[in-house]
Amino acid sequence: MDYGTLRGFFALLILALFIIIVVWSYSKKRKDSFDDVANSIFEEDKVDSTDNKRHHDKESKQETNNNV
Amino acid sequence: MTTSNTSAVDYNFDVVRQFTVMTVIWGIVGTLVGVLIAAQLIWPALNFDTPWLTYSRLRPLHTNAVIFAFGTSALFATSYYVVQRTCQTRLFGGKLASFTFWGWQAVIVAAAISLPLGYTSTKEYAELEWPIDILIAVVWVSYAIVFFGTLVKRKTSHIYVANWFFGGFIVTVAVLHIGNSMVIPVSAMKSYSLYSGAIDAMMQWWYGHNAVGFLLTAGFLGMMYYFVPKQAERPVYSYRLSIVHFWALVSLYIWAGPHHLHYTALPDWAQSVGMVMSIVLFLPSWGGMINGIMTLSGAWHKLRSDPILRFLIVSLSFYGMSTFEGPMMAIKSVNALSHYTDWTVGHVHSGALGWVAMVSIGAMYHLIPILFNQGRMYSIKLINIHFWVHTAGIVLYIVAMWISGVMQGLMWRAVNSDGTLTYSFVESLTASYPFYFIRFLGGVLVVTGFLLMAYNMFKTIGAKDGSLKPLEVA
Repeated sequence: MDYGTLRGFFALLILALFIIIVVWSYSKKRKDSFDDVANSIFEEDKVDSTDNKRHHDKESKQETNNNV
Repeated sequence: MTTSNTSAVDYNFDVVRQFTVMTVIWGIVGTLVGVLIAAQLIWPALNFDTPWLTYSRLRPLHTNAVIFAFGTSALFATSYYVVQRTCQTRLFGGKLASFTFWGWQAVIVAAAISLPLGYTSTKEYAELEWPIDILIAVVWVSYAIVFFGTLVKRKTSHIYVANWFFGGFIVTVAVLHIGNSMVIPVSAMKSYSLYSGAIDAMMQWWYGHNAVGFLLTAGFLGMMYYFVPKQAERPVYSYRLSIVHFWALVSLYIWAGPHHLHYTALPDWAQSVGMVMSIVLFLPSWGGMINGIMTLSGAWHKLRSDPILRFLIVSLSFYGMSTFEGPMMAIKSVNALSHYTDWTVGHVHSGALGWVAMVSIGAMYHLIPILFNQGRMYSIKLINIHFWVHTAGIVLYIVAMWISGVMQGLMWRAVNSDGTLTYSFVESLTASYPFYFIRFLGGVLVVTGFLLMAYNMFKTIGAKDGSLKPLEVA
């Protein structure tokens, strides 16, 4: 296999990897856990996190919370 | 929100405090040197006929001070803070963390002495000579050990996206710095690059553009992914987009370097690859920008009352602007007009003063009260004034450089019907003077803003613990 063909395969490999990452991160199965992670930065201080959580879950337009 | 003392974890905030204070100090120093050299371009007598104060020696001092002293101190401070908070564990390494602070300050002081003395490797943004380069490498590897060590002992199951960006930045900068700084020393302060000719140029801009891509972009995006949601008090717009953003950005940036070498001895195919990759780079850049700005969706009103949030969100607007401008300037035919002109300088400063500085300033204003046990900064009003002074400074700066740059590009390429050049170089220089003055004014405004910030910071630090109460927002 010459160098050019090898590079072509490499480009396809990277493209495939990229598609896998997109499919993986946008799969519905992972939605809940990603929502938790996105909200995790508010849990470090319990004092105001309860307030935040309620607020976010109900009214937020964030994709992180509402789009299924 | 004096969270630091209610928390169960014993965080190492000492090193974060040190880096935070030095960020502001180096911000003043770096921009002040910038203003001095901007003034020298108008009034050359300001070098006082001293070799140590010549433009050629102070210009690298300015770039090193703002990138490695101001910007990198901000990255150290925020990455050490964010990695501890999101991993809910104390910083790994103990004394090693403190070594990164003192080691990094030593690097900065060494730069501030050696550059005016004329010691330089002549590689842009990598001017420091080999002994300092070795110190940088040692400090940087220690930084990686502290950061990744903390990730390893984290108490949370997931690694929050900000840490991915910080981690990517730390690893890549280590690789870039060590790769580009390969030299053969010939004396204590003189060395020659291991690479030759066009390869050396390509190594230099592989380093140079990825210093922009990873230090000035990925690192500060890590900052953005923590401090924008935190200050807006809502989670990031799309966590899924942030994952795609990360992988797309890091896999594309690394190829964009050749656009610094259009129409040079670099092979044409390499120039074209660099151009195409730079244009594609527009997509992840804007994906990230939209992700940051949309975090505010449904809460835009917060921008009205919160100048800190304004700093953070406007920084993203400047990020979007310069990441549109960048790919455009990487197109070879556009580059033929823009390269070597002030347009490039304007582009860099819209990224540096708009994106990097504003996101750092916003993050610092968020951090300082938390680190020093206060509910808020000493004066919110001063933050607001800082915001407007800084913004006005940037606008003056970049608009002046755009006009001057395009004018220079047009004057340099203008030819008479017999093929001779219409303008001499000096004619284009004379035409630039008014814009150099406007740029100087913009720079003065930026320094003024930093001085206000320093005053505000020391007042906050000096106040009695917990005496500054957070303002109630209606």
